[in-house]
Amino acid sequence: MNWGSWGAFWAMGGHAWYVWGSYGLMAVLLVLEVWLLRQRLRAAREQARRLNEEGSEP
Amino acid sequence: MLRLFTFAAPSRFYVLTGALLPWLWAGAAVLAVAGLYVGFFVAPTDAVQGESYRIIYIHVPAAWMSMLLYLVMAFWAVIGWAFNARLAAMVARSLAPTGALFTVVALWTGALWGRPTWGTYWVWDARLTSELVLLFLYLGYLALVNAIDDTRRADNAGALLALVGSINIPIIYFSVKWWNTLHQGASVSLTKAPTMAHTMLTGMLLMTLACWLYAFAVVFMRTRALILEREAGHDWVRETLGLKTGATR
Repeated sequence: MNWGSWGAFWAMGGHAWYVWGSYGLMAVLLVLEVWLLRQRLRAAREQARRLNEEGSEP
Repeated sequence: MLRLFTFAAPSRFYVLTGALLPWLWAGAAVLAVAGLYVGFFVAPTDAVQGESYRIIYIHVPAAWMSMLLYLVMAFWAVIGWAFNARLAAMVARSLAPTGALFTVVALWTGALWGRPTWGTYWVWDARLTSELVLLFLYLGYLALVNAIDDTRRADNAGALLALVGSINIPIIYFSVKWWNTLHQGASVSLTKAPTMAHTMLTGMLLMTLACWLYAFAVVFMRTRALILEREAGHDWVRETLGLKTGATR
């Protein structure tokens, strides 16, 4: 085990900004990408449903 | 050959990837947790760099993915162009935003690693500059395919740009050999033993596999959205989404 305490873990030997700044941006971008894609898929399904209803009317 | 091409139908792709997605997400999550555990709790502190070296667990995988995804994108774009394969062209388009994302992560984590290690966030040296050019190639590709209204013409123009731009990939990869650069040489290569502790290497490879599965998952999601957007009126979409003609709602 590398860390004596959670405090030491978060401090990263004085390099907290560099380490957590790196991991933080990556986490934000990944979450954002997945969130945007879920929105887009939902919109695409909705559009397909609407087209289907319009197309099937007599 | 014929059987292989049946998966090239967007409808088959949509169904197949729908079944694969939960497994890709589960695999990516398990590998990322394992990789982070090894990287932060098992691998020792670096004797020279201290704790800042732990950026390696996302920097190297992100940099590898940025180059790999570009080559995969160029490959499918050219296949789509040469064989007029619509699914290949859609996959190429779906790869670009994720490739750009990994390029941004590689540049950003590199800057934050460079500051404590080299004393600067940025230098205009060969490795860093060619990786920045890669970001502009992704953004240029995206701007180009979205600027042309005719889908097929947009795909073909994008394929040409992607193909020409792929010359940049060997430049990035070999830049640390060809030029004097602050950036260190390759830590891992096929021809010689890795120059790092094996726990560090294990963490890095686990994170690389996690990124790999993540990339498959998001690219499949984006391709599925593109397929639905383009083929919304087709019969198979109605059947696959379980829409009943007339009696919906």
